[in-house]
Amino acid sequence: MSYTRPARMSVERPLATARVLVSGDRIAYLITFLFAAGVLLLTALVLYELISASSLSRAKFGWSFAFTQLWNPVTGEFGALPFMYGTVVTSLVALIIAAPLGLGCAIFLSELAPPRASGALRFVVELLAAVPSVIYGLLALFVLTPLLRHPVEPWLKEWFGFLPIFQGPAYGVGFLAAGLVLAIMVIPFITSVSREALLAVPRDQKEAALGLGATRWEATWNVALPYARSGIAGSIFLALARALAETMAVTMVIGNDPKIRSSLFAPGYSIAAVIANEFTEAITNLHISALVELGLVLFVITVIMNGLGRLFMLATGRTGSIRA
Amino acid sequence: MNRLARRKLVSALMFGLTGICTLLTISSLFFILGYLLWHGIRSINLEFFTQLPKPPGEVGGGMANAIAGSAEIIFLATFIGMPVGFLAGVYLSEYGEDKFSFVVRYATDLLNGVPSIVIGIFAYALVVVPLGHFSILAGSVALSVIFIPIAVRTSEQFLQDVPHAFREAALALGAPKWKAIATAVVPAAFSALATGMLLAVARIAGETAPLLFTSFNNQFWSLSPNQPSASLPVMIFTYAISPYRDWHRQAWAAGLVLLALVLFINVSARLLLPRRVFK
Amino acid sequence: MLFLLLLGGCGQGGTSNGSEDGGRLLINGAGATFPYPIYSKWFNEYHKLHPTIAINYQSIGSGGGIRQLLSGTVDFGASDMPVTTQLLAQASTKILHFPTVLGADVPTYNLPGISQGLHFTPEALAGVFLGTIKKWNDPQLARLNPGLNLPAHEIVIVHRSDGSGTTFVWTDYLSKVSPEWKSQVGASTSVNWPTGLGAKGNEGVSGLVQQTPYSLGYVELIYALQNKLGYGIVRNAAGKFVKPDLNSVTAAAAGMVANMPADFRVSITNAPGANAYPISSFTWMLIPASISNPAKRDAIKNFLNWMLTDGQTMVQSLDYAPLPDQVKSKELAQISETR
Repeated sequence: MSYTRPARMSVERPLATARVLVSGDRIAYLITFLFAAGVLLLTALVLYELISASSLSRAKFGWSFAFTQLWNPVTGEFGALPFMYGTVVTSLVALIIAAPLGLGCAIFLSELAPPRASGALRFVVELLAAVPSVIYGLLALFVLTPLLRHPVEPWLKEWFGFLPIFQGPAYGVGFLAAGLVLAIMVIPFITSVSREALLAVPRDQKEAALGLGATRWEATWNVALPYARSGIAGSIFLALARALAETMAVTMVIGNDPKIRSSLFAPGYSIAAVIANEFTEAITNLHISALVELGLVLFVITVIMNGLGRLFMLATGRTGSIRA
Repeated sequence: MNRLARRKLVSALMFGLTGICTLLTISSLFFILGYLLWHGIRSINLEFFTQLPKPPGEVGGGMANAIAGSAEIIFLATFIGMPVGFLAGVYLSEYGEDKFSFVVRYATDLLNGVPSIVIGIFAYALVVVPLGHFSILAGSVALSVIFIPIAVRTSEQFLQDVPHAFREAALALGAPKWKAIATAVVPAAFSALATGMLLAVARIAGETAPLLFTSFNNQFWSLSPNQPSASLPVMIFTYAISPYRDWHRQAWAAGLVLLALVLFINVSARLLLPRRVFK
Repeated sequence: MLFLLLLGGCGQGGTSNGSEDGGRLLINGAGATFPYPIYSKWFNEYHKLHPTIAINYQSIGSGGGIRQLLSGTVDFGASDMPVTTQLLAQASTKILHFPTVLGADVPTYNLPGISQGLHFTPEALAGVFLGTIKKWNDPQLARLNPGLNLPAHEIVIVHRSDGSGTTFVWTDYLSKVSPEWKSQVGASTSVNWPTGLGAKGNEGVSGLVQQTPYSLGYVELIYALQNKLGYGIVRNAAGKFVKPDLNSVTAAAAGMVANMPADFRVSITNAPGANAYPISSFTWMLIPASISNPAKRDAIKNFLNWMLTDGQTMVQSLDYAPLPDQVKSKELAQISETR
């Protein structure tokens, strides 16, 4: 240290050493270190609880848990396949709808909107992410499902009924309802991160394209988007992670039937929904353990998706907005 | 039409499409707000805020205990989560260059990604079973596990955003490191830190899944942290899936209250945050 | 660290499962949704009579009642399915069954334009829930309901997604009347349903039926009545089509009362008797035989006493049938077994 010490600190060595040992710095370091370690411990504890509470089920079923279709509490046979299917299908439906919409939004906000309006509009989009899941569920149950039952699903059946995904009776609740509500919930994630990625594209790249005679759209489509593609991919993985773990809105409209069916109109089940419905009521230890194992499976899947998302976003050099 | 005109048309059309995407997205928020207002506002009355729920099939009653319960659960969760999140964030920002910090950051990210229903399982196993009953405390523990990673990350980020000049100036004036942090860095980042905490509160205020098997539910007043309690999100869920029209009416009102609360916190947080820090 | 401090502080302040909260005793129970309307009313009325005692009951399904009681996270449970011998053996404490009311599981439906009671035979019900009878205008149903214009629409089955005693009663009945059901699905609080949508609680099933045209579910009678849902008339073991109500449910229990086992665990589905409604059931409160907290123990015992005397006068207004007198007197004797 190259500054001159104030007079009051020029004392004998032993006292100085003692001061340093119990100094505020040491205490501050220790306290903050302990809390940081506490967070680490908490994470380890969560993992430990999940692994130990699912041990009964893991020991009994092994890897076949992931491939068994049957979920029968009476006979004690449990398999994760219908729930993984439902989780994946609803999330996929959500992404197929949300990705173009969210990306379109991001393009508009980053390229077209005047800066002041852009800030306000962006804020509104991010507020969508703040709406609690149970409120999405409330609206999905009372507004979306009646609409789906009549006229949306019958219309889809009439025009696209040759596709297996649009066959079967229209219940209103089902994969499609859950997928749609998830779509609205994840659009803000795609928009905010993609917008950051698009803003990170250097101006000279775009200007070069414009200078070569491209229209604004051509500059965006052929230059900006490819440049920002890892950020956009990252946003999709993050949105996926959110959709996979979503509980309340899904459990209110997915139909709660652990079956694998090809039609989007059919009722299904997701991992989060079955845990929410059955956890307080599973009587046998095996049933409880199977539910915890499902939770573990979901955790692993979301960790992978989050990890991939961050990896892609790191490639752009940006970390995205606070929310992401 | 020559090629240029066609390309220009395509450009205008595509941008028009993106405008429509934005319009759809923006209008869905307004739709949500409007619908809740329309259905909920009629039921927002004194009875809603002061009465206890009635048995199923009986008309009337309110959600006074749920509002109080939610307030207590959120307060307790923040009380637990805020110091942990803040101090861990300080460590990562001011002392964290080593491998240990890398592991802590990774663990925080991991914790952030745990689905909230899984956190409910964790809190059930950790608090409810050993104590022998459902409780507000268990619910708060569950919510604090969601709160902490957000608090850690935002604290670290906003503390790091404070320019090094602040630290160096304090150290140059003879302050020990801890004093430099406490008197120079933290106050400079204060409004940003507060924003991060507020956003975390808004996040946990809306959580339902972890409360299902921790704070459970209660038809009576219950202010002791050692007892199960009603909470707004759980009541909304319970009432929404029921067949009783009176319960549906109250669910809309509760939804409106909850949404208003969450949006209010979010808007305040954004207004609080100084523009230059907020990207 | 703070959390542990709080834990310690709270641990001293209260006793497990119910604490003195400003002079008020809180008792927690959970379980069946089948009797939830009457339990809710009872606990409300009891609280008015004894303002220092608050009995918090949450309807999470019979499976939940049994599980939480066995885990020790509630003071008492409630179930429409008697706890199995196997589970009773595993429990750390002895569990006493106290029948509270008699109720009926009714087939409830949402058929636009049809308000009166549809007739069902046991075979028809089994067929519908097995998925072998798919449409409302299937000959098996049309034959039973001449004069009603049943629509050519798919039947949307609604069942329980949670562990349910109502499900147990329903599947217990179907297992007795349909060998195919018994071998394919069986009877329990949670089964592998061949078809249908799942909903949480009696509340959820009636809510979903109310919302979904052409749906058919099973709920306790009061849920169909309170929400003005159509419900069916079922043919009983004696061959007569009986409407579910107070009298037919009481008649179903009458045949079994003489042979009531000492622990009160009995099924009265498909009961003999000309006027018996075939899908009736007792529902039980599950009380631990030993309760450590003396204040709670006394409160629970006093409540049980009240429930078996004054409480029984309130059940009819919610269309549950009161307990037969012989059963009541035996139960009053069982109360003293709780120490």
